[in-house]
Amino acid sequence: MRNDRLWISGTVAGLVLWALLYSQLVPLSEWMASFLPVAQGSRLHEAVVFFLYDTPKVLLLLLLVTFLMGTVRTFFSPERTRALLSGGREGVGNVAAACLGIVTPFCTCSAVPLFIGFVSAGVPLGVTFSFLISAPMVNEVALGLLFGLVGWRVALIYLGFGLSLAVLAGIVIGRLHLEGWLEDWVRNLRTTGGEVPTLKPSPADRIRAGLDSARDIVGKVWPWMIAGIGAGALIHGYAPRELLANLMGNGSWFSVPAVVLLGIPMYSNAAGIIPVVEALLGKGAALGTVLAFMMSVTALSLPEAIILRKVLTLRLTLVFFGVVAGGILAVGFLFNAFLN
Amino acid sequence: MKIQILGTGCPKCNALAQATETAVRELGLDCQMEKVTDMQEIVSFGVMSTPALVVDGKVKCSGRIPGSDEMKELLK
Repeated sequence: MRNDRLWISGTVAGLVLWALLYSQLVPLSEWMASFLPVAQGSRLHEAVVFFLYDTPKVLLLLLLVTFLMGTVRTFFSPERTRALLSGGREGVGNVAAACLGIVTPFCTCSAVPLFIGFVSAGVPLGVTFSFLISAPMVNEVALGLLFGLVGWRVALIYLGFGLSLAVLAGIVIGRLHLEGWLEDWVRNLRTTGGEVPTLKPSPADRIRAGLDSARDIVGKVWPWMIAGIGAGALIHGYAPRELLANLMGNGSWFSVPAVVLLGIPMYSNAAGIIPVVEALLGKGAALGTVLAFMMSVTALSLPEAIILRKVLTLRLTLVFFGVVAGGILAVGFLFNAFLN
Repeated sequence: MKIQILGTGCPKCNALAQATETAVRELGLDCQMEKVTDMQEIVSFGVMSTPALVVDGKVKCSGRIPGSDEMKELLK
């Protein structure tokens, strides 16, 4: 118990320190930029200031988001989520699955056992897909960085569209009744029902899990983050506004499918993508195009498709990919057409 | 005693294998250790997230890597 109190007060102190640092980002970056041997107002200066401001900001946001999410996820487990979803009806079940997809611990290498665990426990196929679409797409790093770099409106729009897409795509796949398109060994499988012992973590355990998650994720993505901020800085300083507005602006219909294709090989590098998105939006890229790009980066991933191919027949893998890609295109087009 | 590490070979699975080996050495246990990488075999244990630790056919934990104290408790 004493241990818990120590961890909790340490966390509070850490959060206060975080808030102090975060509130001082502008003066800090200005101070650092004042040492630059570069003429103020030049393109290079613009780019370097963007980099100096965004790097500590993205790093701080990333640390906070991954810590909080790591802690929140100790309250959920795949077993618990499965229990909540099994026997769920179409519609309500899809909505619940999409929401639980955000908070349930999930990594792509566990996609197959999770899929089988869900389906064999009677979670409908469409509901399972809602979960599998939402889990990678509505990811906390993307949301947290959008919130901090681009603004809460865009973050909320991303969350709303991401959840809707996961729900709708799941319902569509469920309606198609494709259970027969699972690989044979999956349909014939008898599992033992998964008696995984669950122990209740103490508050200290939860905080430690948050710290572990922050260290894991930040340790893995920081090169992408720096590369992304560098690319964002170059766009911010050098890319001509007219060119980008023409290429990615509202008027060019082809930009939506183009960015969806572009996003497929860029798997799970939200930390690197959002600074680029920030710079693109600043140069007049259309919001729908940018949303489609982010969704494609996070939700359409080749490694996940290859892993899922072990349980889904090729036809079902293609349907899954097609439905999600179609939904992302629709989000991009609709948004550009009606909401810009 | 038979210890099985379930996982397809991602970095986390290797980390669990290492943590287990360390605990086994420190406890001086006499056991055989096996890595289970075949997906059909993994799911037959009923786990939903990898890596998982199985001792004598029983799933002890899944989806995370226990700390060294907890690990020793699980292996006893």
